[in-house]
Amino acid sequence: MDKTVNQKAWFLVLPVFAVVAFSAILPLMTVVNYSMQDTFGNNQFFWNGVGWFKELLDPSTDLGGRFLASLGRNLFFSAVILLIQVPLGIVVALSMPRQGWTVAACLVILALPLLIPWNVVGTIWQIFGRPDIGLMGYVLNSIGINYNYVSNEFDAWATVIVMDVWHWTSLVALLCYAGLKSIPDAYYQAAQIDGASRWAVFTAIQLPKMHRVLLIAVLLRFMDSFMIYTEPFVVTGGGPGNSTTFISIELVKIALGQFDLGKAAALSLVYNLIILIVCWVFYTIMTNAGTERPRKKGGA
Amino acid sequence: MARIDLVDLAHSYGGNDAAPESFALKPVTMTWRQGGAYALLGPSGCGKTTLLNLISGIVTPSRGKILFDGADITPLSTQKRNIAQVFQFPVIYDTMTVGQNLAFPLKNRGVSKKEIDRRVAEIAHLLDLTPDLNRKATRLTADAKQKISLGRGLVRADVAAVLFDEPLTVIDPELKWQLRSKLKALHRELDLTMIYVTHDQTEALTFADTVVVMHDGRVVQSGTPAELFEKPAHTFVGYFIGSPGMNIVPAEVRGREARIDGHTIALTRSYDRLPAGGRIEIGVRPEFVDVEAPAPGLLTARIERIDDLGRVRFAHVRIGDAKFAARVPPGFSTGGNSAGLRFDPAHVHVYADSRLVEGTA
Repeated sequence: MDKTVNQKAWFLVLPVFAVVAFSAILPLMTVVNYSMQDTFGNNQFFWNGVGWFKELLDPSTDLGGRFLASLGRNLFFSAVILLIQVPLGIVVALSMPRQGWTVAACLVILALPLLIPWNVVGTIWQIFGRPDIGLMGYVLNSIGINYNYVSNEFDAWATVIVMDVWHWTSLVALLCYAGLKSIPDAYYQAAQIDGASRWAVFTAIQLPKMHRVLLIAVLLRFMDSFMIYTEPFVVTGGGPGNSTTFISIELVKIALGQFDLGKAAALSLVYNLIILIVCWVFYTIMTNAGTERPRKKGGA
Repeated sequence: MARIDLVDLAHSYGGNDAAPESFALKPVTMTWRQGGAYALLGPSGCGKTTLLNLISGIVTPSRGKILFDGADITPLSTQKRNIAQVFQFPVIYDTMTVGQNLAFPLKNRGVSKKEIDRRVAEIAHLLDLTPDLNRKATRLTADAKQKISLGRGLVRADVAAVLFDEPLTVIDPELKWQLRSKLKALHRELDLTMIYVTHDQTEALTFADTVVVMHDGRVVQSGTPAELFEKPAHTFVGYFIGSPGMNIVPAEVRGREARIDGHTIALTRSYDRLPAGGRIEIGVRPEFVDVEAPAPGLLTARIERIDDLGRVRFAHVRIGDAKFAARVPPGFSTGGNSAGLRFDPAHVHVYADSRLVEGTA
């Protein structure tokens, strides 16, 4: 083990350190710095220690109340989104053609919603859902369904969820389709020989083989839906009342509306931490899903 | 358990309208006996896997019929055909244990739990998989995975036939021998019809009672290993089976004599009615030609090299321009580079346009 000592190699890594420091670490440290202080404007800051964090976790304070309420909405929203988009994406992927010109057509149609910028999606649905001039809103109201996302909480939620499903199910479907395409034909042939039903083929071959892409899909969809801002902001503006005010909307209100930099900084750190933890939990559960079962079986 | 008949069966991946020469499988009519051990032998791309997939129903034939015990099953799906097939690469159901993998074909057919457990235990025992039954199948080596695939093929007791598509490709040579003898033992024990596709002649000849040799989409000969060796029906069978392969040299054949390079060789049968204008060749296995010192009455050849295969030596010689291989008897040493060849007349065959011609006594 005679390794040549050459410390010059560090110079090759240095640019990366510099870029990461300037783009990620330094800004993050600024946020950490703000989260410990309070400001009354004029660039005057006062030490507040962990005060903001205590307030955040205390529902009786204004900050804590708003944070915990919007956190609940966010978690509920992400749960609904995952429960709808993952199964729907799998179904779409399964029903897509495997060969011929229709494959290309399907892929293009599926990819279209993904190409539209967030605020445009919001604007499309904001107009689409208006009872007076929007196609969907007008049609729903004229067939007797009293639909108004501006005044009705349920309608507002439904609009935001349907919009997100429209926008992002394609992503799950495309990932699943890629996973399905990578399964060798021999698996399907063997399943035929083994007399497997359509459902057995799905549970024994397709789902396990899609495991990895599904992990990516769930992580991406969780992070995106948990950080959602633009679309509900454009469509409902967080209303009616605060019913569709998600953490990101609350955060912008505090940071830019009230200019409470300390509170906003503390909130963003906690927000960030939640996303990291949830992703880690998802990742651990899903990567261990395959390996834990036999141990239980072996023990029983 | 069934007799399988192929009636004028043919397949083209380009559809039924494709040119007859482009068919992956040219029309074939043949019968597979119940309980037989068959090998489908041929080089890559000769149509053997196509034939196998037609029998199992993975591919639907362009033409012809497949009968199981006389009943036409051509339109039936794979699931309804009662066929087991093992593929070239191991197919494992990832989420299941070894035991669950083996039970899968039975479970899908609604076999009772008691019967499933009994069969799985039996097959696992035969394939030495018993210690791994509760392990996750994905954790095993490629060898063990292929054993699971084999096991899934064998676990159903009532199948019409078990088809093997080059199942030992991924297995180490040492284990290959073991598994092959195991398959042979299983065949005797379970009384199943087995069809084994391979491009390896040793594998085919050791496994099967009947070897079906395919070439360019056609079945060129079907027979016992001894028949294929001693009386190849087609020059392709002659040089594909045997190592070195059969000598095929152009000759003039008239009555009971063949002339090669101006030299006459006696034949045991008479060939009076050879097709006019056809390409006439004689074929003789190196094992039935001896190299001797040049002498009058023997065909003279030029020795190029002698291969010592341990048990036997073969001389590679030239007769005029034609390459030829012949056995070197023990104790023979070359006294130069020319030699005489002594033919065993009983094993000299005549081929017209690559096909064997039966002479008259």
